[in-house]
Amino acid sequence: MSVVAPLNPVLIMDRFGGAIQDLGVAHGIHVFVVPPDKIVEFCLFLKDHPALRFNFLSDICGVDRFPDTPRFETVYHLYSLPNKWRVRIKCRLGDPPVVPSVTGVWRTANWHEREAWDMYGISFIGHPDLRRIYMWEGFEGFPQRKDFPLRGYKDKLNPFGAEGPPPTQPDLATKEIP
Amino acid sequence: MTEVTELTRQEGEALNSKEVLLNLGPQHPSTHGVLRLVLELDGEYVERVDPHIGYLHRGTEKLAESFTYTQIFPLTDRLDYLCPPSNNLAFAIAVEKLLGIEAPIRAQYIRVMMAELARISGHLLITGALPMDLGAMTALLYAMREREMIMDLLEMITGARMHTSYCRVGGVREDLPEGFLPKIREFCDIFPNRIRDYERLIDNNRVFLSRTRGVGVISGKDAIDWGLSGPNLRASGVDWDIRRDEPYEIYDRVDFRVITRDEGDCFARWQCRVDEMRESIRIIEQCIDEIPEGPFQIDMPTIAFPVDKERVHCSMEALIQHFDLSAYGFDVPAGEVYSAIEAPKGELGFYIISDGSPKPFRMKVRAPSFVNLQALFGVSNARYLADMIAVLGSLDPVMAEVDK
Repeated sequence: MSVVAPLNPVLIMDRFGGAIQDLGVAHGIHVFVVPPDKIVEFCLFLKDHPALRFNFLSDICGVDRFPDTPRFETVYHLYSLPNKWRVRIKCRLGDPPVVPSVTGVWRTANWHEREAWDMYGISFIGHPDLRRIYMWEGFEGFPQRKDFPLRGYKDKLNPFGAEGPPPTQPDLATKEIP
Repeated sequence: MTEVTELTRQEGEALNSKEVLLNLGPQHPSTHGVLRLVLELDGEYVERVDPHIGYLHRGTEKLAESFTYTQIFPLTDRLDYLCPPSNNLAFAIAVEKLLGIEAPIRAQYIRVMMAELARISGHLLITGALPMDLGAMTALLYAMREREMIMDLLEMITGARMHTSYCRVGGVREDLPEGFLPKIREFCDIFPNRIRDYERLIDNNRVFLSRTRGVGVISGKDAIDWGLSGPNLRASGVDWDIRRDEPYEIYDRVDFRVITRDEGDCFARWQCRVDEMRESIRIIEQCIDEIPEGPFQIDMPTIAFPVDKERVHCSMEALIQHFDLSAYGFDVPAGEVYSAIEAPKGELGFYIISDGSPKPFRMKVRAPSFVNLQALFGVSNARYLADMIAVLGSLDPVMAEVDK
């Protein structure tokens, strides 16, 4: 078993300085907090820098921290195949959540972002095809949000659902980044 | 047909009269479950493919937020139902990392044996199903015969054939039954010969070769860009296996080869899986030889039921803890963890955010099939429809895992 040298964050912090936040290592993974407007630049830097080469996007995950603020988060897990490092990038988002898409950096981000849109209503600017992926077209609300009831809302197909009107779906896809 | 047109066409986009929209699935034998492909065809040529998923969406992640950690194990079984022990293992490791504990060595050996059995069981299905999709029915029947042997082994350990739910946080549910090791050794002796049978059956099958060789080629660079993992990535020449590169459990103690192929076509993906089954047998054999005696469950009454059940009958404190553990679960320290294992389909990761309560605040499953299926976009365009079936089969998506 070869011993892997840990990731040295100095290189990254030098480049981005005060714009990002280094949360240190948590359970073997280095964590950075990046503002939404820097996310694409940050990902490209991690991917293309010859000493880092985070070429594999493992996962993009939406998080709802309701009722805390900022309410939403997108969490990116990257892996560097040559260096065998993992890194976690967090992007804290307000409500309504809007973040630039990283589909231009990795094509695999496409479905991950569609899932985050479908489940949390996180709107990815620049995504080529931001449609629902699991729920059907015309479904109202974002089911994995903390304020969405586990059993859904009551209607004629779902007699065991919670009382109350389903939330109307805001049209976020056209909004600019704050 | 009109309904499909409305769903997939953008407004203002005129349908070329030459093109035909074809709806493949959601009930179709070659889509391996409930996958619906909306295809834009020009004759037999696929211009564009749009996979529609979600027919099996059960909301595993949302459900997990209202379950205790132990209750989530049965949910993970239902992700990739061809190899539940791997899913159990991935989840158990993630929670153990949060708790800062490790399972006893014997439990780790048992888990690895189970995970490798699961890998063989998952690969066997596709070894048989891919030729079946392409018209060679016989292979599947033979593969199912061997899969039955694995099912019997799983039944012997866990009592269940499919949804084993065998791992627990801090170990496994029960020790191996008596007479299990000779049984699994018998399987290890028989199985390599059976793999040779499949190869003799398929490797010289001209129809199979002409429909898979050179079809659906994915370059290594593209494969990484699409996020492929597991055998699909290794068939494109990328040498990455989490078992070797980020060893978990006792994988650093066993010797195995990481199988790679350079061609990146459907045949390479099929071959990769066949060879991986051989390596799995080697791993299991080493585990049988080296498995130590000892506890199969961590000795922490707040997390795991006591190994010695008599304690619960004799001690008031043990009874209270037992009750508490059953009714309330156990608190997991606040924090975040991402832990990935090499599941049969690729990188299976669990990202868990804990807020200190006995239920996860957020659980995200990085399902390998979900990511692998997406590569269908890149591969199938400008291909014959018949080739697309081969590509889909060779990517080996399990819809239960795609839809979570």
